[in-house]
Amino acid sequence: MLRPRIIPCLLVQNKGLFKTVGFRKGKYVGDPINAVRIFNEKEADELMVLDIAASANGVGPDMKMIQFWAAECRMPLCYGGGVTTVAQARAIIGLGVEKVAVSSAAISRPQLVAEIAEEVGSQSVVVVLDVRKKRDGLYEIQTHNGTRATGLCPVAQSRRFQELGVGEIVVNAIDRDGEMRGYDMELAARVREATTVPMTVLGGAGKLSDISDLVGRCGVVGAAAGSLFVFKGTYKAVLINYPSPEIKDRLLRGALGLGGRIQGST
Amino acid sequence: MIRIIDYGLGNILAFRNVYDRLNLPVGVAREATDLEGSTKLILPGVGAFDHAMERLEASGMREAITTRVLQQGMPVLGICVGMQMLAESSEEGRRPGLGWIPGVVRRFQGASLALPHMGWNDVAATRPGGLFRGIEQDARFYFLHSYYFECREPADSLAVADYGGPFTCAVNRNRIYGVQFHPEKSHHWGVQLLKNFAEM
Repeated sequence: MLRPRIIPCLLVQNKGLFKTVGFRKGKYVGDPINAVRIFNEKEADELMVLDIAASANGVGPDMKMIQFWAAECRMPLCYGGGVTTVAQARAIIGLGVEKVAVSSAAISRPQLVAEIAEEVGSQSVVVVLDVRKKRDGLYEIQTHNGTRATGLCPVAQSRRFQELGVGEIVVNAIDRDGEMRGYDMELAARVREATTVPMTVLGGAGKLSDISDLVGRCGVVGAAAGSLFVFKGTYKAVLINYPSPEIKDRLLRGALGLGGRIQGST
Repeated sequence: MIRIIDYGLGNILAFRNVYDRLNLPVGVAREATDLEGSTKLILPGVGAFDHAMERLEASGMREAITTRVLQQGMPVLGICVGMQMLAESSEEGRRPGLGWIPGVVRRFQGASLALPHMGWNDVAATRPGGLFRGIEQDARFYFLHSYYFECREPADSLAVADYGGPFTCAVNRNRIYGVQFHPEKSHHWGVQLLKNFAEM
């Protein structure tokens, strides 16, 4: 049985690991390589690393840093941040990264997704949609770390990216970022219903039951989280953590409505 | 020495790191002369089938590898698209594959099936021991693909997984092996599988 994926999402900026709230107020939480090593030990399902400075500063991906992560990472790795060209995507995959994520560049030129898929295969192309819920209740994609409005609907754009051959859609709720009050279920469900490619939801997870709620609602999807896996306790002390295989299995089996223990889990 | 074939596709470093941590000798082959002194070969691969075949051809290593595998019986392990390349052809492309194991690479079918097949799935070996020595039935491995290997001879299927129905996720004929999943990214089970290949 294919399992839902529980994915720590690490935000990096100037080689440090940060955690934001509402895409702002980045708090320094440590050294990314140290975090990768801990997630290796904890056997995380997958790791997502987003360089939040690369696009905003207009600099390209830091290839040396990416190579270092790819070598260090013993689980699948998805990198995003500052990717604007097919050549960059090819180079990143060549460094041993499983998936390359595009965001702002793909919103301004969707064809980029098709071009990257042609070069490295659909399975390795991810699009990250940063979505804000506006006062009128409508969802809108924003770019450049949530500073630019696009007027685009995430549901329609998800369908479009699927047609262009994207391998995975990451839906990131800007207003939930760092809030730790749960995922935006409505947003997740709407994108899930409109598409068939693998989907990962990011933004808002504050406890493990938020993940099981998401899986209960949307089925076998990726559940990504930042704060949940880097903070502990009310005062948000920095402590890298990840559920044990037993806890993870119980959580996901319950969410999918399956009894007992997932076969073969250890 | 195990040699990882570097023709520009796949995670060479990740395999290297696994074997370095296990203190097993490993090297990388970028051209035919690098293959001297090899005892086993790893053929990684990601991306489109035709592109991978073209790159292997362009590397100038195809003939030297074929001689070793087919005439000298050197063990080889194809990974992901590297496994698919062992087949005769693929629905994904027009180029012929290496044709070392009879079969065709097909695209998953099913309107409700999310593609690519992405994530952790259970792998059941049809023959215990060998590549799967010490790996429990239904151990978890990481998959990332939309095409699978359809063996013509059922005996060549070494393991199956289920995605909209059972499919072959590992193949073996003589000393030729292939796995569709990524052992280099599958934590301790993946390390065990790569160790098994090294110790065969």
